[in-house]
Amino acid sequence: MTKSELILKLAEMNPHLYQRDVERIVQTIFDEIATALSRGDRVELRGFGAFSVKKRDARVGRNPRTGTTVAVAAKYVPYFKTGKDLRDRLNHRGEGKPMASEGPEYLGEDEED
Amino acid sequence: MENRTITRADLSEAVYQEVGLSRNESAALVEVVLEEISAALTRGESVKISSFGSFAVREKGQRIGRNPKTGQEVPILPRRVLVFRASNVLKSKINKALGGETKTASE
Repeated sequence: MTKSELILKLAEMNPHLYQRDVERIVQTIFDEIATALSRGDRVELRGFGAFSVKKRDARVGRNPRTGTTVAVAAKYVPYFKTGKDLRDRLNHRGEGKPMASEGPEYLGEDEED
Repeated sequence: MENRTITRADLSEAVYQEVGLSRNESAALVEVVLEEISAALTRGESVKISSFGSFAVREKGQRIGRNPKTGQEVPILPRRVLVFRASNVLKSKINKALGGETKTASE
């Protein structure tokens, strides 16, 4: 699914909205997340996931083809951690329902911290 | 710089300010956007948002894990995980704002 397909789908579901408004809604959401990350803020969307920015220190890298060393400057990388509900849905567990009755299961990671 | 955590409420507020629907409808639309993305991913589709990034579902095979507390070996079942790849536009926006290097390679 692309952004334009998402917009078309939302426009279909909301016939009372102009498509250009749907476009603005979708764009605003992603712009808001991007702007928050550029401030170094974290974006936490419970059930969906959390976006954050991690700092990677400067390091000495290596060109894998030639083996020469290159200085890699410090940089920030955006990071997304999948929320618990979405992770469970991807694995057909509990389809959005509150997760009771299932035994404890180690999935490697815990909920967004 | 004091960092905050942005939530659904902030996204709805931004939509409310930008589009001029009611607060309730703005909040509902934020929810629908997240739900449509989640539904597509659950179907196994990847979701590409140009100039933001892409979400893709990756199939992981079974492997032997270890309970880090007890050291006991436990099988980790095959599962699907979500990976997010930020677009170059998003990466460079963040690095410009926060003062990191915009390009990976040295120039």
